[in-house]
Amino acid sequence: MSDQRRATVSMALGVVGAVALYGISFGAVSVAAGLDIWQTQVLSLFMFSGGSQFALVGLIAAGAPGPTAILAAGLLGVRNGLYSIRTAPIVGRGFWKRLVAGQWTIDESTAVALAQPTPALSRLGFWLTGAGIYLGWNAMTLVGALVGDQLGDVRSFGLDAAAAAAFLGLLWPRIQSRLPVAIAVVAAVVATIAIPTLPIGIPVVIAAAVGVVMYFVQHRGRA
Amino acid sequence: MNLWATILIGSAIVAATKFVGFVLPARFTESPTVQHISDAVTVALLAALVVIQTAGAGAAIVVDARLAAVVVAGVLLWRKVPFILVIIAAAAVAALIRAMGWMS
Repeated sequence: MSDQRRATVSMALGVVGAVALYGISFGAVSVAAGLDIWQTQVLSLFMFSGGSQFALVGLIAAGAPGPTAILAAGLLGVRNGLYSIRTAPIVGRGFWKRLVAGQWTIDESTAVALAQPTPALSRLGFWLTGAGIYLGWNAMTLVGALVGDQLGDVRSFGLDAAAAAAFLGLLWPRIQSRLPVAIAVVAAVVATIAIPTLPIGIPVVIAAAVGVVMYFVQHRGRA
Repeated sequence: MNLWATILIGSAIVAATKFVGFVLPARFTESPTVQHISDAVTVALLAALVVIQTAGAGAAIVVDARLAAVVVAGVLLWRKVPFILVIIAAAAVAALIRAMGWMS
């Protein structure tokens, strides 16, 4: 295996490990929120987007009405649609291939794919990360739903911090020049202000808007 | 609204969203401007997700062991430590701080 290929596989497996373990946390949280094991597993199989899943069960646990929970999950999922613009060309043609790739288009698979230096490595990174997280996230959701409170608080293992570090690790390769650094800093500041002041789901939508606006400010009159 | 309806409608909406780029024409998704904009958006989203996952607690901002773990992760990434080790180190830092009872 070439060094570059090994780096791609290592990154993909690192992300898969961190996120799959975090699936235990989702399974446990979901059952604690009052969902049964089937309902919990359906979310991981079909919704398959960690942020949306946590928001949905969190709002249900807080007693929010169904439409509110759906709206928050939907808003948090908007970014996957933006990612799919990037992953669709990587995947290429074929109905079934695109069906699976669509469902596997999430933060991690997109970020690993786009961090690679060549198209072939992007494809490898996307499929490895997507498949690994789909299988791992679902298996660990089941484990979390089954063992639930016997495990104790998953935070005592630092799994929530691992998930935060994973997002930073995914961001890192993409902030190696001035504009992306500026976008990341402004988006982070805006998110910090928006989280306590706006409903769940809205801060990520505003962050996305920050990215678009800053791109156009930088490129006005040049395109 | 019953719980199954909430779960199934929510799942259908979130899953359907992921196919936007797959149904748009290739000449749109492969245009360099569109790709650059979606790159900018991805950076902004990941930065926001770092904040939410590090300091978010529902609709509140809290400083706890996660922040120390993410700072350590940042230093390790800057030192070009492999991804998997960064993740393990971050989990270990947070677990250790909590075990010591320094921060929740």
